Amino acid sequence: MVNLKINNIDVAVEEGTTILNAAKEYNIKIPTLCYYPDLGIKSDCRICTVEIEGQKGLVTSCSTAVREGMVVRTNSPRVLNARKTITELILANHDANCTACPKNLNCELQSLANKLGIDINRFESVYNPQPIDVNNPALVRNPNRCIKCGRCIDVCKTVQGVNVLEMMGRSHSMTITPAYGKPLNDLYCTFCGQCSSVCPVGAITEKDDTDQVWKAIHQDDMHVIVQVAPAIRVSLGEEIGLEAGNIVTGKIVTALKLLGFDEVFDTDFTADLTIIEEGNELLYRIKNNGVLPMMTSCCPGWINFAEQHFPEILDHLSSCKSPQQMFGALAKTYYAKKLGIDPKNLFVVSIMPCTAKKYEAKREEMQANEGLYDVDAVLTTRELGKMIRQMGIDFASLPTTEFDSPFGITTGAAAIFGATGGVMEAALRTVYEVVNQKPLENLDFVSLRGLEGIKEATVNLGGTDVKVAVCHTLSNARILAEQVKHGTSPYAFIEVMCCPGGCIGGGGQPYGTISKTRSERIDAIYKVDKDMPLRKSHDNPVVKSLYDEFLVEPLGEKSHHLLHTTYSQRDHN
Amino acid sequence: MIEMKLITRRCGVINPLSIDDYVKAGGYKALNKAVKTDTIKLIEEIDKSRIRGRGGAGFPVVVKIASLAKEINEEKYLICNADEGEPGNFKDRYLMENDPHQIIEGMIIVAYMTRATHGYIYIRGEYTHAQNVMHWALDEARKQNFLGKKILGTDFNFDIEIRSGAGSYVCGEEFALIESIEGKPGRSRVKPPFPTQKGLFGKPTLINNVETFANIPLITSIGGEEFAKIGTKSSTGTKLICLSGNVKNKGVFEVPFGVSLRDAIDKLGGGVADGRKLKMVQLGGACGPIIPEYMLDMLIDYDRFEEFDSKTGAGAIIVIDERFSIFDILTRVVRFFEHESCGKCTPCREGNQQLLKMLEKFQENKAKVRDLVSLESLARVMHQTSLCGLGQTSPTAIIASLRYFRDDYIDRLDSLEM
Repeated sequence: MVNLKINNIDVAVEEGTTILNAAKEYNIKIPTLCYYPDLGIKSDCRICTVEIEGQKGLVTSCSTAVREGMVVRTNSPRVLNARKTITELILANHDANCTACPKNLNCELQSLANKLGIDINRFESVYNPQPIDVNNPALVRNPNRCIKCGRCIDVCKTVQGVNVLEMMGRSHSMTITPAYGKPLNDLYCTFCGQCSSVCPVGAITEKDDTDQVWKAIHQDDMHVIVQVAPAIRVSLGEEIGLEAGNIVTGKIVTALKLLGFDEVFDTDFTADLTIIEEGNELLYRIKNNGVLPMMTSCCPGWINFAEQHFPEILDHLSSCKSPQQMFGALAKTYYAKKLGIDPKNLFVVSIMPCTAKKYEAKREEMQANEGLYDVDAVLTTRELGKMIRQMGIDFASLPTTEFDSPFGITTGAAAIFGATGGVMEAALRTVYEVVNQKPLENLDFVSLRGLEGIKEATVNLGGTDVKVAVCHTLSNARILAEQVKHGTSPYAFIEVMCCPGGCIGGGGQPYGTISKTRSERIDAIYKVDKDMPLRKSHDNPVVKSLYDEFLVEPLGEKSHHLLHTTYSQRDHN
Repeated sequence: MIEMKLITRRCGVINPLSIDDYVKAGGYKALNKAVKTDTIKLIEEIDKSRIRGRGGAGFPVVVKIASLAKEINEEKYLICNADEGEPGNFKDRYLMENDPHQIIEGMIIVAYMTRATHGYIYIRGEYTHAQNVMHWALDEARKQNFLGKKILGTDFNFDIEIRSGAGSYVCGEEFALIESIEGKPGRSRVKPPFPTQKGLFGKPTLINNVETFANIPLITSIGGEEFAKIGTKSSTGTKLICLSGNVKNKGVFEVPFGVSLRDAIDKLGGGVADGRKLKMVQLGGACGPIIPEYMLDMLIDYDRFEEFDSKTGAGAIIVIDERFSIFDILTRVVRFFEHESCGKCTPCREGNQQLLKMLEKFQENKAKVRDLVSLESLARVMHQTSLCGLGQTSPTAIIASLRYFRDDYIDRLDSLEM
């Protein structure tokens, strides 16, 4: 242990601890801006600067380790003046029209300026407006709000290994931008949105589609239905001020009804359907010497990554559409017909933890009826939070409501799609029983759970041991994809989720997602699963009757048309 | 005469392109001695010499050498910083162009002491002639087995490559330089880890200035104790100074530490040109303090320079005569930094353009008292909080001028209102 004094308080922490973390352990708050708990130390903003007795300059507490006998002051006049000056410098080169910013009241710069008591800026504004990148359906990059903290670069580079963003130019004309200042959709951006999730200000945000949804809701002749992704029920609470990991499924349904949606459905239903189709596809490939390993295709960020970076392995991707798109396709065909409405008058909204889903919904292939997208609008968890606040709904006190039928009966297998390893576990629960013709004794594939980057398991299918793998983040996906590309992959089936922790850590999830939040959401997801009366997709009675009534058989002609898709190499988006 | 030609003794005397000339003049003798000496003993001599880094910061050379020596790694790098981007400095160029082998020999000896496996000389992009000379010299040294495998019949292997950037000033900063060699834009990194722990390509790396390496053969030859007799108590050896600006004789001069600035300017530089009056002197380069005439009795000495709260030992002495106002100089200096800042950390990126805005108000006699207060506050914050040496020293001239030329600021105030 290292002993030191911070603001005259005796502090003892482990060797190697930074001053920032040491202070945190003793409830001494040091403000930060470029620092983000799960990312690397950049030390670029210089806000967390502190004074160490005997040292001339100030040091950044995020990057300085404690030393025995150190005497640290985190709020001396010199330190406070430095922090204030730096914040004023940032504000003098920032589009500070706060009420016009999606991050208003959720902005780390705004709250920092408030805490430091900045009223008048001593420095002249040097803000010089730049064009805003709105050229893609998922993300908006507004360089005028960028404070150049580098978090987005870090997450894109070190977590995702995609390297779309970089610092360009120098001095005050240094900007954080995609290569050559191009728009995001001209480059290998997967639209995973992790950059938007870590941006402390409003420089990268999801494209706001709430207006479009309000318009549809208020249009008299429009039947507006909504689907809610598995990961939303354990994270939306945070948007509304609840702790991470609260399970708020029933309240979401009530809130969506209050917002004016005609029917509220569960994406879990088409997650169950995905398992039936994907499970059968896997068995078909195994039986018929098809291309193996098969890789999952639920995650649109991963699909974008594969199409752009690994065109050689596209035939390894399951041809199954994602649950979101299966839902849209069924809604615009089966459901519209059942209700006797023209698909043109049906507006399908998804609530997703994801920004890439916005892109996925706009893929040309995703039109069961020509000229009509299967999913009309995709909202992130954050956008749903915004709509709930706009309507003045007191979310915490809402009663619970059940999902509407027919797409409301679901299983625990579908619920765990939201966590890394969940799709694999759900698939194994079904595939095992189909192949081995006997019930699976232990449904919990514990080795596939948790935040480990790459996880493996071996299952016995019809007398053969089959190896499977699960990964999350695109850096890990790259490792497994390289193996597949070079023919050295030892697996038969691989689940890939592009965001850390899977969809519960998606780019559209509530701000401030860190490892701890991810773990809490994951725990909640497995609790949802545990509490479900049905925990295997093939036990879902409504899925069974959907086959009897409409689809006929897995991988059949109807499925092929509605539930499966194709992929192609793309040089850019 | 106050000059003391030790590391420049061969400059202008031998043909820099001839390794034979260098050897005839006693060159590579120190290396021959070194490879027959225990490395611990060699490092002890550096310790005894008390030599400090000649690049500007004045860090004790032995500390860096010893910390690289104790790192255990299959690859360890040595970098000779020949970026010399600091305005007013041209001594490294002088050494490279006139006695290239002395630098190479110094690097080889340090490599031998530290068991470094590979060396780089990072030469400023604009120094094309120096690059050519160094390339030539490296080839010659390789032919004579001073570089390469089994140097001088020992089991010691070491070679040197030349690298160069596109001329960015910040690439003289050690981590920006490392990034540049790695092929990335020149931007500093957060410390720790320091280069000796995790430097070039993530390996232990020692970076020293050209002049520092040029002193190593001398120390090895005459021994640390002899070397430490030259100069002053806190600053041993000689220093190359670069006289420029409004001085009669401009150029590089080698003097022992402890010579006064006045002697350097008057006796070596021949005083101010055209009989004008000296107004001020900027020390070290754009990043150094500006001092008035009455301070010229100050001695050239690391400890004395530290009084300016600044790292100014690179050697530039820029003489400015009475025709110029302090604001002519300061706006030029700040414009330079405003252009050269890498943009990574806030105080330097945003601060320099704000400093310039405020200085321009003084230049145009439009400043208010609050501008004076803000200028002083911002300059100090930048100095205390910037990530690398560039941002930390970019306001040095302003900070010094606020101390020594405060009246010039007051004279330019538009009114005495806040």
